[in-house]
Amino acid sequence: MKVEAKVLLGLGVFFGIMCAVYWNWSLENAGGVMMFAAMLLCFLPGGYYYWWSRRMKARPEDDPQATQASGAGVVGAFPGTSIWPFTLGMGAFFVVLAMVFGLWFLVPGLGLVIWAMLGGTAEGRRGGKV
Amino acid sequence: MTDVLDPPVHVEFHDDGHDEHHGPSGILKWITTTDHKVIGLSYTVTAVIMLVIGGVFAEIIRAQLATPNGTLVSLAQYNELFTMHGSVMIYLFAGPFAFGALANIIVPIQIGAPDMAFPRLNALSYWLYLTGAITMLSGFFVAGGAANFGWVAYAPLSNSVNTPGAGADLWIGGLLLTGFSAIFTGVNLCATIFYLRAPGMTMFRMPIFTWNMLVTSILILLAFPVLTAGLVMLYCDRHFGTHIFSVAGGGVPVLWQHLFWFWGHPEVYILALPFFGMVTEIIAVFSRKPVFGYKGMVFATLSIAALSLGVWAHHMYTTGVVLLPFFAFMSLMIAVPTGIKIFNWIATMWRGEVWFSTAMLMAIGFLVTFLVGGLTGIYLASPPLDFFTHDTYFVVAHFHSVVMALVLAGMAGLYYWGPKITGYLLNERIGKFQFWFLFLGSQVFTFPLYILGLEGMPRRVALYSHDPQWKMLNDISTLGAILIGVSTILFVVNIIYSWKKYPAGDNPWDGHTLEWFTTSPPPHHNFYRLPQIRSERPTWDYNHPGHQAVGHGKQIEPAQPVEEVPVS
Amino acid sequence: MFHLWQGFSIGAVIIGALVIVLVLYAVLRFRRKGDNIPKQSQYHIPLELFYTVVPILIIFGLFAATLVVENKETANPKTNVTIDVNAFQWGWKFTYPGSNALVYGQTTQNPEMVMPVNTNVHINLTSSDVIHGFYVHAFNFSRYALPGVLNQFTIRAQSTGTYFGQCTQLCGLYHSLMWFRVKVVSPSAYSAWLTTFNNPAAAAAVKAANKTTAQQTSSVVPSKPATTKYGR
Repeated sequence: MKVEAKVLLGLGVFFGIMCAVYWNWSLENAGGVMMFAAMLLCFLPGGYYYWWSRRMKARPEDDPQATQASGAGVVGAFPGTSIWPFTLGMGAFFVVLAMVFGLWFLVPGLGLVIWAMLGGTAEGRRGGKV
Repeated sequence: MTDVLDPPVHVEFHDDGHDEHHGPSGILKWITTTDHKVIGLSYTVTAVIMLVIGGVFAEIIRAQLATPNGTLVSLAQYNELFTMHGSVMIYLFAGPFAFGALANIIVPIQIGAPDMAFPRLNALSYWLYLTGAITMLSGFFVAGGAANFGWVAYAPLSNSVNTPGAGADLWIGGLLLTGFSAIFTGVNLCATIFYLRAPGMTMFRMPIFTWNMLVTSILILLAFPVLTAGLVMLYCDRHFGTHIFSVAGGGVPVLWQHLFWFWGHPEVYILALPFFGMVTEIIAVFSRKPVFGYKGMVFATLSIAALSLGVWAHHMYTTGVVLLPFFAFMSLMIAVPTGIKIFNWIATMWRGEVWFSTAMLMAIGFLVTFLVGGLTGIYLASPPLDFFTHDTYFVVAHFHSVVMALVLAGMAGLYYWGPKITGYLLNERIGKFQFWFLFLGSQVFTFPLYILGLEGMPRRVALYSHDPQWKMLNDISTLGAILIGVSTILFVVNIIYSWKKYPAGDNPWDGHTLEWFTTSPPPHHNFYRLPQIRSERPTWDYNHPGHQAVGHGKQIEPAQPVEEVPVS
Repeated sequence: MFHLWQGFSIGAVIIGALVIVLVLYAVLRFRRKGDNIPKQSQYHIPLELFYTVVPILIIFGLFAATLVVENKETANPKTNVTIDVNAFQWGWKFTYPGSNALVYGQTTQNPEMVMPVNTNVHINLTSSDVIHGFYVHAFNFSRYALPGVLNQFTIRAQSTGTYFGQCTQLCGLYHSLMWFRVKVVSPSAYSAWLTTFNNPAAAAAVKAANKTTAQQTSSVVPSKPATTKYGR
């Protein structure tokens, strides 16, 4: 995980330097704030990966001499067919239409969104159809 | 091939004893799919439809500009046309095609993963994209028409006083949906690349396309939330009586530009980096050499991404309120990593065995077209030169050069990876015709526009009757646009003509990377067997042992026997 | 400033031609002839360093040249002539502080801004509503008229004549027709033109035009410049 950490931390450091130069020179707040936030966004996962990479067991994908056998076993959970992404998508669609055509669209919109969130979570917990 | 084989290895996917032949069928199967290959194919088809829609708008614009005092469309309709042409092309075609279509299909296969890290989130991304596209385009069917304030929607033109009407709100809403679609895809790609690589696939053995998609995803996460925030602020100004962008209430109109372009400039690199990655792979395969300067390419991609967050105000030089020297320096600096990439592409071909499939022709066409567009971008990076080219057709020509280069690269990607995804090759002869129409059409389209810009023709104008001499240049440019249209028709013709006609096999191009090791199309969860991974070219190493990459001065790795291991 | 354009162009043509020649040579000379596999060269550090460092040096040169011209263009030297340019949907109003002169026109009425040749003319650019672009092709210059902001720049015209100008920032329905002209005349002709606005008929016309523009103008035109601490 070290390379991932270095990529993100490196970007964060670059944004920090750029922010310091830009904000002090221009005194322009919108750009300064946005660059500062970009720096934080890189430091968050980058710092986590850096911390974790020093404590974790070596993973087969980080081992240049790994064999495919070392990756044997469960790779992850890959939910198969599921109706909930479509439901959530349609719910979001109606919520956006509520922004344009009137609040009453929020009824089907939020209804579908909440239904999808409940259904999707339940599906995740019980394993779902693969 | 070696006769050393490890005993077969059982790799499980959390499967619940799943049987592929049951489950939903027909349209319900499509609506409930979470397979990244099906989702990516949906993205591709939708994006190409958006390309055609945007192209139709473009041809109407060219027809209107055929006469200095054209009356084909009204002034109001013309404003809608160029706004929606730009919006459809950037938000609904180029972005989703770049990071939702080919990346969705190819990245998991290139790193040896069974699917994306979050398959249901992946599906959600597609539905948000589709509904976002429908939302934005439905502006044409409401009173007042579609959005008409340019694809950049500058305040105060985009406020409720100057642009009342639902079309603008539908535009904002559509962008909120597609914006979240992009953010979720960025999260998914990052997680997949960080966590689901096959054993031995270290970060510096990933294909360059996957590296580019990783950097693109980080850019998406950095930039898209800013656009979303700006759009929400604009919506509040329009409907909730806030005065964020209006002077009368103490707001600052130019703040919109800062927010928009802080997203807007990384966006053009979000569009470009995936296509750079595609071209890198294609040039290497069709030169029968490894990617030259692999680590330099990775460094250059990261530099482009890092710099791109510090150049946004080069779109705002003429506002008079931005720090010119800072942005001029940073914008000029982006030319350096881009140049490194171009020289690496040439060096990849150098002393290779270059063969000209349609994909390779398109990739070389991309190289030349992007060179022209990139060089004119350097002019625009310099504020004094931007002062008289800003908002003229010189800028239009610059970004259309670059964009046509990306279209060429996209076509290269489709011809290269299409057989892997569908299992069938496209006809090469029709493809070559398509290439020449697209490449020559792009040059004929853009070159007169450079001259028009330098002569003083502004952009976003429906009439130019005070200087009718501009008609000839406009007509030449329109000819180029027609050639591009013909190339699009040829593409559709090729798809129909080649439908299920030429089976591709696993590796029609003698490809280098992991996706060429599996079948065409790949099976459910992508791999029956995986080779040993000891370099960034696992399939090449398996097929051509003894031809490992060499560096200047020394051998990179000792030759090793390669094993194949079944995956179940 | 023309020299900057030419300098950039020479660089662009040289680099562009070099790269295109390299590409054409590569695809023609190294065409695939058989089935043999070429040498799998993957890196060459000295070469890669070369084409990293040389472009950086070129960029430094371009930036230095840019800075010199940019500082000249954005300077605001002392001037005797000031013109207030106000952009609105969809026309232009030119007023001349210190005199009664006022020129006002909408869209294709093509109002004409008169200014003296070989004199530093200070322009105060404002907008009454949305963002407009003040662009005069012959001056190789444009600047946004931003609502709530006073943009200032100095122009020195070097030859007499009438030059066309146009709004370059999309501002709504009649953006395509927001034309104006700039007429550069000798300083004596300029002073004479200013005094023509002193007679009663002209004064009445100015008053009428002022009333029209007052209806156009909202309260967003600032009387003093918004503080901008950063470079122009």
